[in-house]
Amino acid sequence: MFDILLPSLVDGLMIGFVYGLAAMGLSLIWGVMNVINLAHGPIIALGMFGLYLAFNTLGLNPYLALILVALAGLLLGVLIYYVAVQRVLTAPHLSTLLATFAVNMILIGIGTAIFSVSPYNVDFSMGSMDFGPVRVLWTRVAAALAALIATGLLYAFLFRTRQGKNIRAVANNRVAAELMGIPSSRVLALSFGIGTMLAATAGGLIATFFPFTILAGGGYELRSFVIVVLGGLGNPLGALVGGLILGMLEGVIPVFMQTSWVPVIEFALFVFIIIIRPSGLLGSRV
Amino acid sequence: MKIYTKPGFWLPIVLVALVGLWPIITDNAANREVVSSILVSVVLASSLNILLGYTGYVSFGHIVFFGFGAYTGFYLMSVQGWSIYAAMIMAGLVPAFLAFLLGKAILRLRGAYFALATIGVNEAARAFIKNFEPMGGSVGMQLNFKIYNDYGGAAQALWTTFYLMIAVTLAVIIVSYLVRFSKFGLGLMAIRENEDAAEVMGVVAPDSKTWAYVISAIFPGIVGLLFFFKNATILPGDAFRLHLSIETIVMVMLGGAGTVLGPILGGAGYQRLRGTLLVTPLFRNIQLVVAGVLLLIIILFIPAGIVGWLRDRFPSLRRVLE
Repeated sequence: MFDILLPSLVDGLMIGFVYGLAAMGLSLIWGVMNVINLAHGPIIALGMFGLYLAFNTLGLNPYLALILVALAGLLLGVLIYYVAVQRVLTAPHLSTLLATFAVNMILIGIGTAIFSVSPYNVDFSMGSMDFGPVRVLWTRVAAALAALIATGLLYAFLFRTRQGKNIRAVANNRVAAELMGIPSSRVLALSFGIGTMLAATAGGLIATFFPFTILAGGGYELRSFVIVVLGGLGNPLGALVGGLILGMLEGVIPVFMQTSWVPVIEFALFVFIIIIRPSGLLGSRV
Repeated sequence: MKIYTKPGFWLPIVLVALVGLWPIITDNAANREVVSSILVSVVLASSLNILLGYTGYVSFGHIVFFGFGAYTGFYLMSVQGWSIYAAMIMAGLVPAFLAFLLGKAILRLRGAYFALATIGVNEAARAFIKNFEPMGGSVGMQLNFKIYNDYGGAAQALWTTFYLMIAVTLAVIIVSYLVRFSKFGLGLMAIRENEDAAEVMGVVAPDSKTWAYVISAIFPGIVGLLFFFKNATILPGDAFRLHLSIETIVMVMLGGAGTVLGPILGGAGYQRLRGTLLVTPLFRNIQLVVAGVLLLIIILFIPAGIVGWLRDRFPSLRRVLE
């Protein structure tokens, strides 16, 4: 029993880091501007395809390509903010939900026209190593490490740099921040960009070990919602913890029952938490 | 009653009746299918409008009721041998009861949290049906074709379904109108504008919201059963499409949230637009892009929707467009 449980637990935990990274992007955008980014999924998918193109066409090392993907994600996010989000930021929730969903449709539409919906994969392997009953794929270890590094960088940025402090100030009180001379609109664009950057990076990391289609982002978007609620909306560290919990569940549940029950349990948990403790297990903050 | 003299009451009814009569007069099955898909959209949009437009709560799980109603009715018909009429009643009541229980739980949440919870409800429901064996699991359920003999053969059964669909559409419009001009509806709109203020003024917000949710759940269930009765087969992926939930929101927004006529025009317009884009060679591959751009333009520039915009622009039309 333990022999089966341990490997799936380790596997799940490592993927959990990447889930956490993706959710962090969603969480940051929510925390700073109260926008639920429904274009999150397609951006994850675009991150996957970005890595695929950089690896297959340019022949770059995947982890080098990841930096390119991250930059592209940042620019895309800033663009989305100025085109679709800025104008409706002060309107009711419905408007921002629908505006980001429109972006979702546009991205999926363009992606489908270019890549069709057939599966792709990045043919890259770094081998594996056995630790007792646990076989560890190095690509997953690298992904978990990359996710951890990205989290560290995000925290360093938010708490140690001027721009990061600006973001926290605007998240705290936009009007007050504006009065202190912070260009809030530019700061919001940057936050949105960083949110999408994290999503695209997570997508790129997932692409190194799972096959994907242009629609694959949807599943990860939903997981991100679950994770964000687990960890508390607007709390990046909570997102990482939520990611680990979800990854662990996904690893462990199939040992006891059919894999198809995994989403039932995930979403039941999601609804349960949102009802009893809407601020998340760790409470919300930024 | 005074409302029967108002043009705003008759306009949507006459519109739907005319569109519904078109395939009957031309006696054309292809037209009937086109109009059926429009009617399904109108029912979904109008019923969602009671929650989304009047109460201001975004539900990403409207399709859960469509799916649950369809599954309930389908189960009763294919396994228990009920007639379509009896099954229709249950297909409305079971989702309504589900909405009541759900509403008691998740309508305590406000705004975005409610929206997120409904996404969870949608996904959990889909996964549950996929795994729940008595309802067919992931292979769904099929109707035995013999069942159509009770309704005068397959061809006649499809026409009967169509008449029922028109009836359901008219019912949802009348309910939607009655709610809008009732004291209950006023309470809902007060909640939409400011929930705390509404409570201070004596609106019992949790109860009102729950009842709005219950009313909005009845009609998608019934129309869901009719839709899948026509197809004779039901699959979890078709019954619980999160995408359709969001398309329904687009329809309501396109026509104008909070108006009676808006969701009708929005539902019909969106459905036709999608159909046209799908068959136009230039747009077939990028129809999603076109729809997305359209939605974005509406949200950014005319957030009140078509009917809302017309009402703002031409105040004299307000008596007619409600």
